[in-house]
Amino acid sequence: MADIWLGLSQAFWLVITFDAELMEITLRSLMVSLSALVIASAIALPLAALLAVRRFRWRRWVIAILNALMGLPPVVVGLIVYVVLSRSGPLGVLGLLFTPTAMVIAQVIIIVPLIASVAHQALRDLWSEYHDLLISMHVTQGQKVATLLWDARRALLTASLAGFGRAIGEVGAIMIVGGNIDNVTRVLTTAIALETGKGEFALALGLGFVLIGLAIAVNLSIHALSRTEVEARW
Amino acid sequence: MSHLLPLTVQGAETTHRGKRLVGPIDLTIEGAGATVIVGPNGSGKTTLLRLLHGAARLTHGEIAWNCPMDEAQLHQAFVFQRPVMLRRTVLENLIYPLKVRGTSKREARKSAVAWAAKIGLSDMIDRSALVLSGGEQQKLALARALITAPKVLFLDEPCAALDGRATREVEVILQAAKQNGTRLILSTHDMGQARRLADEMLFMLGGKIHEFGPADTFFEAAQTASARAFLKGDIVE
Amino acid sequence: MKRFVLTLATLAMTATASAADTMKMAVTTSFHNSGLSEILLPAIEQDLGLEVQLLVVGTGQALQLGRSGDVDAILVHSRSAEEAFVAEGAGTHRREIMYNDFVVIGPSEDPADVASAETVLDALQSIAASEARFVSRGDDSGTHKKELSLWAAASQTPEGAWYNAVGAGMGAALNTASGLNAYILSDRASWLNFGNKGDLALLFSGDPVLFNQYAFLPVNPEVHAHVANGLAQKLEGWLVSDRAADLINGYRLGGEQLFVFNATPDASPQG
Repeated sequence: MADIWLGLSQAFWLVITFDAELMEITLRSLMVSLSALVIASAIALPLAALLAVRRFRWRRWVIAILNALMGLPPVVVGLIVYVVLSRSGPLGVLGLLFTPTAMVIAQVIIIVPLIASVAHQALRDLWSEYHDLLISMHVTQGQKVATLLWDARRALLTASLAGFGRAIGEVGAIMIVGGNIDNVTRVLTTAIALETGKGEFALALGLGFVLIGLAIAVNLSIHALSRTEVEARW
Repeated sequence: MSHLLPLTVQGAETTHRGKRLVGPIDLTIEGAGATVIVGPNGSGKTTLLRLLHGAARLTHGEIAWNCPMDEAQLHQAFVFQRPVMLRRTVLENLIYPLKVRGTSKREARKSAVAWAAKIGLSDMIDRSALVLSGGEQQKLALARALITAPKVLFLDEPCAALDGRATREVEVILQAAKQNGTRLILSTHDMGQARRLADEMLFMLGGKIHEFGPADTFFEAAQTASARAFLKGDIVE
Repeated sequence: MKRFVLTLATLAMTATASAADTMKMAVTTSFHNSGLSEILLPAIEQDLGLEVQLLVVGTGQALQLGRSGDVDAILVHSRSAEEAFVAEGAGTHRREIMYNDFVVIGPSEDPADVASAETVLDALQSIAASEARFVSRGDDSGTHKKELSLWAAASQTPEGAWYNAVGAGMGAALNTASGLNAYILSDRASWLNFGNKGDLALLFSGDPVLFNQYAFLPVNPEVHAHVANGLAQKLEGWLVSDRAADLINGYRLGGEQLFVFNATPDASPQG
């Protein structure tokens, strides 16, 4: 219990003194996970909409696979990305291993199934509501997708934020593909793992509290942004 | 004036999992005015409307407009028994069908504002369509269907869930649309509404057309026993 | 918001801008936990203008990273594995740099009476005999390999409920030992730097068998053409220099010297 209070006070001091290292790894965490969020959303949301509106042959399989991949241990994703990006792997020439880009790739793979699955649920419900109308209006496939994505945007925001939460809190995969290199690929979660390994529980907890605070701040600010837009329109 | 019509239907059938829902249907719809489809529940009114509109699968036979199919589809609209509201504002609901047709933003907005005024929703244009009452939603659905100036408008029991006042408002809009040359094809349970709107009557029973002809003749002297019984208010199966 | 984006952009720039003279080196957790890297790396950057990026992993993973060509050099402490690494051609040669030592940690009341043992083999035998709880790294790391070789030398097969192989790094294993109040073999540096000692104490050390030799192995550029072998050689030159000797021998943790510099000045490959 004493550790928790120590951790809270550590977090407090680190934050109010604008600890340079903390700022750096926090910003890197944000940058990596926000990039992963944007890329993963750009892949997952249209995919979810397509799965909702199109009846193609492998649709059920794709949905089943997405649902299954949601439970994939990040360490496995990390290992696969490592093997692919390793110098002796197929994409080794790109020299991406142990860079923030590799971490973004791993996080994208981890959160695309999550975002797509949650988004698909929401879009499927909306599609069953809109189906007759849009069929009657003879809108194109692209217009269907765009309409669904726009009208379900708040549910999709929730899906994306769930993905962000998973990305920024993930440690297993980015530890492997990022390498937790000081000043290059160290982020909040890998720093926490490192400090825990050293037995520095208070500092690790302090970083943990910063991480929680960061996740809350991102959620609140994205909701605040979307709400101002909503109030202006509704 | 409409080059969409006549609509010629020959031996049309739609089946679902081996069961015939409607058909075989032979029918020709031409001229102006309103064709009102009546018949007991489950007689196939909705399926017939969807079949004519191209929204139900044609398993046998032929449905031909007086122009290519994709052009014909562009000049039709459909209003459902339970209005489907886009999760958007009233104005955006009205703009939507114009936008998907590539009408310019300015034009679409102008036209949407005008239609909102026609259906008495001017004060509500920036409200969510989901907060409207049932009558308001159906008027909005109707305006959204008419905003593209369709040549043929299908309506599936458009007033089934509405009270008297809302029904009257909807009928006023429908009469105006008829005046402007939109061909109406609608189903209803309300025989009063059928009398008020119909130029032609179509009586469905068991997925088949039992009687089809001018409204006056139908109401004065229906040809079939089942239609006469239906008009009298007997239960027909 | 704008400023935030700007900060992110600057961060992105600085993350890539410093790529002029950098190399990647895989080191063991125990080396990193000692804190010595925080003394050596700034000195290397100052003297050579070389930024050494550390990948802190277990010995097994360090060797694997070297084999795949994902790092330019490795600094580990597991002689037989290192020799195999060079023999298979993954590394050019093996250069001994320094050593520290392993220590036996255990509950302060010392139920197996390890503190009075003559040699580390006696100590292990009495732990096994009393079936006192023991935590093993169990992760194929240098420390783990050392521990296994000691059990073998003591003619013991460690198994049973008292023997807990946790499959984790030094810190995590020490955390487990602290939680179980168990015996554990640790490198001295990790132990001194460990913040969660609980009821554990250093019970046995000083047996020469426990000396822990660190060696530097550049990855073979003939296998992986892209590796920064020139930089690795430059770094090796620095690591065996007098300057490195002073820093390594002078490093103190809790008033104790941790490492003994023992590199030989002539660069003849060993192993």
